Amino acid sequence: MTQPLLADYFPILVFLAIAGGIALAMVGGSLLLARQKPDPEKLSAYECGFEPFDDTRRRFDVRFYLVAILFIIFDLEVAFLFPWAVALGDIGWFGFWSMMAFLGVLTIGFIYEWRKGALDWE
Amino acid sequence: MDGFLASPAGVLVITVAQTLALLVPVLIAVAYLTWAERKVLAAIQLRKGPNVVGPFGLLQPFADAIKMLMKETVIPSGANRLLFIMAPMLTFLLAMVAWAVIPVQDGWAIADINVGILYLFAISSLGVYGIIIAGWASNSKYAFLGALRSAAQMVSYEVSIGFVIVTVLLCVGSLNLTQIVRAQESVWFFIPLFPMFVIFFISALAETNRAPFDLPEGESELVAGFFVEYSSMSFALFFLGEYANMILMSALATILFLGGWLPPINAEPFTWIPGFVWFALKVALCLFVFIWARATFPRYRYDQLMRLGWKVFLPFSLFWLVLTAGVLKLTGWLPA
Amino acid sequence: MIAAAAFYLFAAILIASAVMVVTARNPVHSVLFLILAFFNAAALFLIAGAEFLAMILVIVYVGAVAVLFLFVVMMLDIDFARLREGFQRYAPIGAIVGGILFLELVLVLGAWTFADQAEALRIAPTPPSPVTNTEALGLLLYTDYIYLFQAAGLILLVAMIGAIVLTLRGRPAMRRQNIAVQIARSGSVAAEKVPVGAGIRELGIRRPPPPEETRRLAEPAHGEADHGERH
Repeated sequence: MTQPLLADYFPILVFLAIAGGIALAMVGGSLLLARQKPDPEKLSAYECGFEPFDDTRRRFDVRFYLVAILFIIFDLEVAFLFPWAVALGDIGWFGFWSMMAFLGVLTIGFIYEWRKGALDWE
Repeated sequence: MDGFLASPAGVLVITVAQTLALLVPVLIAVAYLTWAERKVLAAIQLRKGPNVVGPFGLLQPFADAIKMLMKETVIPSGANRLLFIMAPMLTFLLAMVAWAVIPVQDGWAIADINVGILYLFAISSLGVYGIIIAGWASNSKYAFLGALRSAAQMVSYEVSIGFVIVTVLLCVGSLNLTQIVRAQESVWFFIPLFPMFVIFFISALAETNRAPFDLPEGESELVAGFFVEYSSMSFALFFLGEYANMILMSALATILFLGGWLPPINAEPFTWIPGFVWFALKVALCLFVFIWARATFPRYRYDQLMRLGWKVFLPFSLFWLVLTAGVLKLTGWLPA
Repeated sequence: MIAAAAFYLFAAILIASAVMVVTARNPVHSVLFLILAFFNAAALFLIAGAEFLAMILVIVYVGAVAVLFLFVVMMLDIDFARLREGFQRYAPIGAIVGGILFLELVLVLGAWTFADQAEALRIAPTPPSPVTNTEALGLLLYTDYIYLFQAAGLILLVAMIGAIVLTLRGRPAMRRQNIAVQIARSGSVAAEKVPVGAGIRELGIRRPPPPEETRRLAEPAHGEADHGERH
């Protein structure tokens, strides 16, 4: 039955509720207790005392995009490794070598990235 | 009484009590970690830390909290109000929610789920969001740049943390945190897997944006990075979230490598001390090393930091993973 | 009972946030609603007993893919007015395509029949088994489904190479740091040790040079030799 499995996760909901309550209490408490007197000087963005020079948007920096894509790929590699690590005792050498082939393929990709300089100057 | 405790309302009451019994000490620990950091940093720098408010400055965290509470919350013009307020709450919330699965002593994990370590990995993956949303919602160039760099840094070191966790799992055979600690009854994992312990510890420093990897929030560069526009309680929530994350990473290091609640030697004088005291001592040791690292090392430049994560830690942890799997398979020491 | 109520709650929030993803004006709000949809999908997986998949959904989708979306959406400068300009012109075509898809959905749902064992499966989706969900997956994925597994690896390889080919233009020669070279440098360019307390006159460094020598500034003054290479 799914019930015992789900019952294990119930405390997480309770944690969420209580931690959320504490966070709200802190922010709410500050908003209530402190004197709020906004004025334009205080509200402007901090730029060492000057007016903001231009818009917040920077030119699109492709390095962040590359880092994110590489992270997705290696995260998926780690995701495939989790069940393998847990079941390694029961899948024998065949299972071991199939994972080694998978890791080998991804290592080839990693070496390609390294040589192409995608991992540099980040 | 038994009927009430078994009913849904009773279960709820018990869970709430357990939650508070864990969260309140963690919050106090976070508050006193700020005090401890200042004292330890001071000692390393041959000066005294806070010693004015209360004996040995022990009431300093309360003084800080009251100060933060009384300050005005400035929401900058042009900022997205809802997201601006929500970002620090998200960081703090995630750091707290992760404690639901941590076994402070045998059988004391409040939510003893089968995939405990994956849950913790997910929580650290989600930690990136508080930072990105804070940086973007501040409508400030410096905040946004700091947030992007901090996010890219955290994400880069998470891959090596993932490989280290898989290496430990090879030796355990289960994703349950209680099982991981129980598997260390013969030997703590930091002895056979010492390089992985080192990589995990350094990656934890990078994950929590601690020195020497604190460039994205460096006080001397980039003007406090992604939380430059934050004041009073929101700022306090970020700080609390960061310190709570530090404690969480130390707890994870303790569970994965230092044997959790197990005493060093399973003999009489050591077993008189309850498990959670051992756990707390080990977490305190890890935190001391965190603070020690901050006081000792110069800051990494951003490209050096990314180079370390991608070109050194990733290949090395992958290599060690394959090595461990090969050795375990050859010798037949795999857990059932 | 509680499982059914939880299912309906999560499913409702999932559908609502999916609708908001499409209709939200601000693309950042769109991505945030997408993240909410992913969380609810993970909760639905949990209710069905697939705890490993639920966690991996959060780790990979919310932790990696949505971060990528956020990076891109936050850095792009989107002009909302121009984005909505073509709406009137293309509305009829959009309506036709939407209508065709809707007809297809109706046809499929109308021909739906439940299998005989479906009733039993709905009450107990996962049979009680001695191994956890993760281990069950591990026992099958690397042995019985090895071809699919290797194909997944190849797809990831293609993604890696594709991302680099599409984004990496030939960068101009960046000044890079070669740590091995830096550490291996010999003593000749290192700092020179001078006796402590010696005055500049004893060391032969005179500043400023006397007037008759300023006309022939042949060699640079001491101490400026290694200022050059700051990386």
